[in-house]
Amino acid sequence: MKPKETAEHYILSSSPHTHSNASVRRIMLDVIVALLPTTAAGVYFFGMPAVWTIATCVATCIVTEALCRLAMKRESTIGDLSAVVTGLLLALNLPAGIPLWMAVAGSVFAIGICKQVFGGLGMNPFNPALAARAFMLISFTGPMTTWLKPFWWRTPEAMTTATPLASMKTLFAAETTASASPHGLCSAATGGLPAIWDMAVGNIPGCIGEVSAIAIAIGAAYLLWRKVITWHIPAAFLMTVFVYSLVAGGAPAMAQVLTGGVMIGACFMATDYVTSPITARGKLVFGFGCGLICMLIRQFGGYPEGCSFAILIMNSVCPLINRWTQPKPFGARK
Amino acid sequence: MKTVKSSFKFRGGVHPDYNKELARGKAIEKMPVPAELVVSMSQHLGAPAKCMVKPGDFVARGQVIGEKNGFISVCVRAPADGKVKAIEKRLGPAGGMADAVILDTTAKPDGEAATAAPILPPLDWRAASREELLKRVEDAGICGMGGAGFPTAVKLNPPPGKRCEYLILNGAECEPYLCADHQVMVERADRIRLGVDIMRKVLGQPAVRIAVEANKPDAVAALEKAFADIEGNVEIVVLPVMYPQGSEKHQIFATVGRVVPEPPALPIDVGCVVENVGTVAAIADAVELGEPLLSRVTTVSGDAVVEPKNILAPCGTKYADLVAFCGGEKVPPAKVISGGTMMGFAVSTLEIATTRTTSGLLLLSSKRVFQYASGACINCGRCLRACPMRLNPAFISKVVDANDVKAAEDAHVMDCIECGACSFGCPAYRTITQSCRRAKASIRARIAAEKAKAAAAAGK
Amino acid sequence: MTIAVLIIAGIGLVAAAALAVADRYLAVKEDPRIGLVTAALPGANCGGCGFPGCDGYARALVAGTAPNGACAAGGEACAAAVAKILGVAAVATERRVALVKCCGTRSEAIRVGDYNGICDCGVAAMTAGGDKGCTYGCLGYGACANVCPKGAISIHDGLAKVDKRLCIGCGKCVAVCPKKLIELVPASATIHVLCNNPDKGPAVRKVCGVGCMGCHLCEKNSGGKDANHFTFNGFLAKVNYENPPDDEQIVAKCPAKCMSVDPHFESGH
Repeated sequence: MKPKETAEHYILSSSPHTHSNASVRRIMLDVIVALLPTTAAGVYFFGMPAVWTIATCVATCIVTEALCRLAMKRESTIGDLSAVVTGLLLALNLPAGIPLWMAVAGSVFAIGICKQVFGGLGMNPFNPALAARAFMLISFTGPMTTWLKPFWWRTPEAMTTATPLASMKTLFAAETTASASPHGLCSAATGGLPAIWDMAVGNIPGCIGEVSAIAIAIGAAYLLWRKVITWHIPAAFLMTVFVYSLVAGGAPAMAQVLTGGVMIGACFMATDYVTSPITARGKLVFGFGCGLICMLIRQFGGYPEGCSFAILIMNSVCPLINRWTQPKPFGARK
Repeated sequence: MKTVKSSFKFRGGVHPDYNKELARGKAIEKMPVPAELVVSMSQHLGAPAKCMVKPGDFVARGQVIGEKNGFISVCVRAPADGKVKAIEKRLGPAGGMADAVILDTTAKPDGEAATAAPILPPLDWRAASREELLKRVEDAGICGMGGAGFPTAVKLNPPPGKRCEYLILNGAECEPYLCADHQVMVERADRIRLGVDIMRKVLGQPAVRIAVEANKPDAVAALEKAFADIEGNVEIVVLPVMYPQGSEKHQIFATVGRVVPEPPALPIDVGCVVENVGTVAAIADAVELGEPLLSRVTTVSGDAVVEPKNILAPCGTKYADLVAFCGGEKVPPAKVISGGTMMGFAVSTLEIATTRTTSGLLLLSSKRVFQYASGACINCGRCLRACPMRLNPAFISKVVDANDVKAAEDAHVMDCIECGACSFGCPAYRTITQSCRRAKASIRARIAAEKAKAAAAAGK
Repeated sequence: MTIAVLIIAGIGLVAAAALAVADRYLAVKEDPRIGLVTAALPGANCGGCGFPGCDGYARALVAGTAPNGACAAGGEACAAAVAKILGVAAVATERRVALVKCCGTRSEAIRVGDYNGICDCGVAAMTAGGDKGCTYGCLGYGACANVCPKGAISIHDGLAKVDKRLCIGCGKCVAVCPKKLIELVPASATIHVLCNNPDKGPAVRKVCGVGCMGCHLCEKNSGGKDANHFTFNGFLAKVNYENPPDDEQIVAKCPAKCMSVDPHFESGH
């Protein structure tokens, strides 16, 4: 016969017995909050198609996550909000006018193939939103490179256009043939580029969430203030892009930083915890690599934009960077 | 003597909720001797003392009941008069089993009247030789009262060729809830002063640094008063409030800017000896009054205790008696912790008794207790930034999860001081600190097995 | 096209020549018996013999630095085969299997706390001595199951159980158990005492419904002290496996219910 137990047991655990209350859910919530300004800017510039794309991606990601966990017979992880973040980030990296079934396909790919197949949050080698974007870019090249003009409803005769990046690519080419082309920090009058101010507020064609540099910067500042991200990756990424374009010529350096996916990539995509290095030095290397590859693709590659590919390539070398940049313990012998 | 701000800041560290207001400023209350004491033979680091009594024996307060057993060991003395009820293996606060003498303090031997004479003859520290003073510290059974319980006499006697340049007094008390050292500094600053005089003589007049965290201004004021007339290179160093400021290595860095190399290096290798303030006061009592280390100040706190207190209780008091002295439980505790919340040990029963290293007893309600989870690491790097030893706790915990202890060893897990800063901030609520403990235990076991094997081979 | 073929053929010739030269001059001379002994060993690479895998043990055997019969997995047949190869007399070894000396399941032994931490007996034991009331008993966090190279151990109702058919007696579980309650016993023995608590009866009864109280009834029922079927450590009976009892009646007569006939769990049941 089993002896009588005391009714209440104390919890036995190893120290520490107190916690900072940080949680994955709270971090993801912070990221969502930080993405709100650029989401709002995207909706402001691109209207209802942006709303539908965002809603579709977020909903599909949540449903896919739930179904995957169910299929794998594991506890549900919708509560940690990481699926919402993935869906939102993917939507913000899509053109506003994309057919919604493509957005659904991309979202399923992001959560199903890029995240849950590897075991869920924390295990995925590649940023799910970016991998899905790359998948869509290759599968649906046409729709993925058809950009709505900001306030497209005002010009019903020409709703779509090319992004400034395409013009910038030709500027690189011009640079190599006739080096006389003027370039500088902010003289955006060259090559039919939009004014720097338009690039900063987001009054340019592009993906929903990447156009407004100012809105992205506000979100990034919030993340830095909440200590969700550190300055290393965004700073190294942006500085590399800036310095590269100063040296290489072509479009003005500020224009290179403000257009395309560089801002959202540096602040939100490259800083994804799971797929970026954990050490401070590693983060600097990672940011530098992202910036360099991004600019190499922009200058020499087949696509006008290389930001997502740059981050994906650096994702793949992240374990290596981690290994090379292990911290030295306090008091370690040399 | 002057008071300075710490000019060296170590990297890492965290800011837990200190909750010190519960017991802060509560004057030390002397607790009457409880009816039963459980005196462990293993109240210090090193070999347990050898039990010298048998059931039925009457023992007098201060009588040696456990003899020093080896170089790194100290004796155990009876904290009160009483009759030995039994000698049993009992669970200690840290979860290990050790022989303990169960004393019935209500039984008195017939005929003999209790004497009020000092247990050891008082010594004049100015006249006494260094050897006499060292012998006294050893006889009084003094060991570090900060937590590890390293025998003090061993620490005060550096090996040949090594000199103590700095005597550092640890009054940081960076653990949440605990106020025992704080209250000792406020109320017994003069004893600490005397203890410093004695230790300086033993150690060959080293410079003195008294480290106090900035959240204890009254302790700094009391120490300033007590040390006003001291001669030589003596400073009170006010440390920024940061956990783990009380870690020996980090305290040495914060006060004198020296870095203790990786294990097996000790503080003495960089010319430092660090002692807890409570230990220093105990040395003064042992020398001047002939009073061995029989009791200590313990903070009993937490939101499940009716009245948090700082209690001077005999070493061997059962936790249940301490709680009763504080008015009992306000609500049923969900967790009972021996020590502070960052490094203390969870215990399963209040039948466990205090030792010389029990600085606190916390009873926390379920509101204050969090649960560890086995969530996946999201690689956020909070543990790296928090680790005061600048390790990569995320990596270590992942490889330990995969049973790859070798990889953890290569990642310097043996440098880990188990301060808990990594687990404290982990958003996935992972058991990072416990993973480090697991790896360290496994590595220590392997090294011990290898040593035994080598010894056996040499024996052949 | 022709040039390409010639180049490939040339590379092939040069490489073949290099290999031929290497084989002739760089060959490592190895005792051929090492290969034979390795083949005779079971190839489980469990490490139970104390050498790095079967190949390591084979090298030590051939070098004469290891005793034959240390391979628990291979047992007698293996030892005999090795002895034949090495030309020495075979040593008789008996197959040994692991026995978990505790039967305090969750429904029989009390718990004194809610453990919240890594699922490993070693660290659980370091946390307040473990959450089991009996400090000698099986914690059931599966450290043994994790190290078992054959998957012979599984946890049932908070207690480790060994599958006798799968167990190769490598002893890894014995080494890893923080409570030191796993023992290698002869596979032929059927009667076991499943308790590891040497405390007095009342103390055992307080924490476990099926703990040995040291009443010596098993000894009495199996022919008394002189029959020498049991040894005692404090208040804990232990089967003398040199001279095991064979009367299964004594198991039913154990008042503490801590004895069992062949307690080994068989997977599939």
